[in-house]
Amino acid sequence: MMRPPAYNFTFHHISNWQWVQNHLGYFWSLSRTHLYMALASVVLGLVVALPMGVLAARVPRSYPPILAVTTVLYALPSLAVLAFLVGITGLTDNTVILPLAAYALAILVRSIADGLKNVPDEVRTAATAMGYRPVRRLVAVELPAAVPVIIAGLRVATVSSISLVTVGSLIGIGGLGQLFIAGENADFLTEILAGVVIVALWALLFDALLLLAGRLLAPWARRTA
Amino acid sequence: MIVFDHVSKRYTDGTLAVGDLSLECPTGQITVLVGTSGCGKTTSLRMINRLEEPTSGTIRVDDSDVRQSDPAQLRRSMGYVIQNGGLFPHRTIVDNIATVPRLLGAPRSAARKRARELMAMVGLPESTARRYPSQLSGGQQQRVGVARALAADPPILLMDEPFSAVDPVVRAELQQELLRLQDQLHKTIVFVTHDIDEAVKLGDRIAVMRTGGELVQFDTPDRILAAPADPFVESFLGVDRGIRRLSFFPATHLALRPAVTAAATATPAEVKSAAASADSQWVLVVDGDDRPLGWLDLGTASTGDSDRVDLASMRSIGHTFKPATDSLRAALDALVLSPASLAVAVDERGAVVGVAGHDDVERALAEQGGTP
Repeated sequence: MMRPPAYNFTFHHISNWQWVQNHLGYFWSLSRTHLYMALASVVLGLVVALPMGVLAARVPRSYPPILAVTTVLYALPSLAVLAFLVGITGLTDNTVILPLAAYALAILVRSIADGLKNVPDEVRTAATAMGYRPVRRLVAVELPAAVPVIIAGLRVATVSSISLVTVGSLIGIGGLGQLFIAGENADFLTEILAGVVIVALWALLFDALLLLAGRLLAPWARRTA
Repeated sequence: MIVFDHVSKRYTDGTLAVGDLSLECPTGQITVLVGTSGCGKTTSLRMINRLEEPTSGTIRVDDSDVRQSDPAQLRRSMGYVIQNGGLFPHRTIVDNIATVPRLLGAPRSAARKRARELMAMVGLPESTARRYPSQLSGGQQQRVGVARALAADPPILLMDEPFSAVDPVVRAELQQELLRLQDQLHKTIVFVTHDIDEAVKLGDRIAVMRTGGELVQFDTPDRILAAPADPFVESFLGVDRGIRRLSFFPATHLALRPAVTAAATATPAEVKSAAASADSQWVLVVDGDDRPLGWLDLGTASTGDSDRVDLASMRSIGHTFKPATDSLRAALDALVLSPASLAVAVDERGAVVGVAGHDDVERALAEQGGTP
């Protein structure tokens, strides 16, 4: 999508409300791309993190190496990874989604593993003694009991993903980061500020939604302290 | 009946948890496994529902080897209660209790209906049904644990130190409650504890175990208290095993003496003559319905010059006992607490039927073959 010209306003005030109002539709369309990439990366990260986290919690010896690998993933510089991936996946959304999924994975593997490990032994033993088989015990008892910790990890992963998608704009892939690049190029502060504020608002909104989801999924957790 | 047939359990690190255990837990009775920590009592219990597997030997439930059964199926046929309840934090009380019926395929509504019946049975208020375990007291959580174990009406109940984590008052309540339930339900219960008092109170039979999973003595509580198999059992029973054993002797055999009584409305002269005729220093003051009010010591108390006895100088009777239902232990306790060294026996209405002194208790014991 072409960015409508904004140059006329370059020397106006820092926050040019008229410009903002004229571009709401543009913000919305950037936001949709942005959120798609952010949320797809979290979902992908969660899907991969789930079996890894379960393994790390279930087999104590696998915990340190699994956590080491995911921590290294987290430490990779995002721009370098993006540049590398362009050669493989081209200038597509996937180029942004894949590394962000890896970051989300690093956060979520730890929450899932720690959440499961924090389920009291007597709860696990009781479940086994009631006649749960291992898979059903995991799904019906252990994961639900770990939900508060997993949701906490999901909140961090989601907020950081929404923020990190902006990096994709450096290699020309859409999203709200486009506002930073264009604002910078045009020396137009309002556009940069609009980008920052909108990204922050989406991050806050999704954080609040997850908080709410946690309360609904684990109403019992509020009373435990 | 649950039968341990030469069962041993050795852990991979070489520790012998249970050594050649042979034991029969009779159907419909409470068998208590008691011993110090590390004696293999919990391991023995956990081998019944295959939470642990024996290294050698077999465990049979009603003549079938537990290892022939699928573990999950086997476990659903045995209730299991542990310390702190092991309740599922994310499920409401009613859904915690409904767990096993749901696993067995009962529809949710039927399982919840059953769960509510059990809540009533174990004395949980209806208002706790929709709460979560963390919102309940320790004692209530333990009741939920018992209810959950009973939900599918299993013939066998395995209990691993279920009441160890609650305070003594609540523990006594829960023990009483278990005995009451057992009177109705007649489950085959295997109960693990390190508390010998709990074992004596609950057990139809007690298995005393020693470190290394050795069974030292297996007998009724009365016989274990009367004749400990060896110094280990004796020291484990503690210094007051003689007194505790009195719980097993009913007070019905106690020959009571007539009490020297006086009505609260009696004149000092009447009280004195009552005491003189019985050659007693102590007079038991009773109300209009013959219920005891207190002891009057004619040796020290002033009876006053008025036309009424001085009730203010009366001494407390401590407590009374009911010969029809209480044990000799209750009678002896009443005796020890009584300022007159006389235990006051009352009937169902609370009216005095007689008193008993040290000699009377000793005679009752001797007649029943008990020599504490």
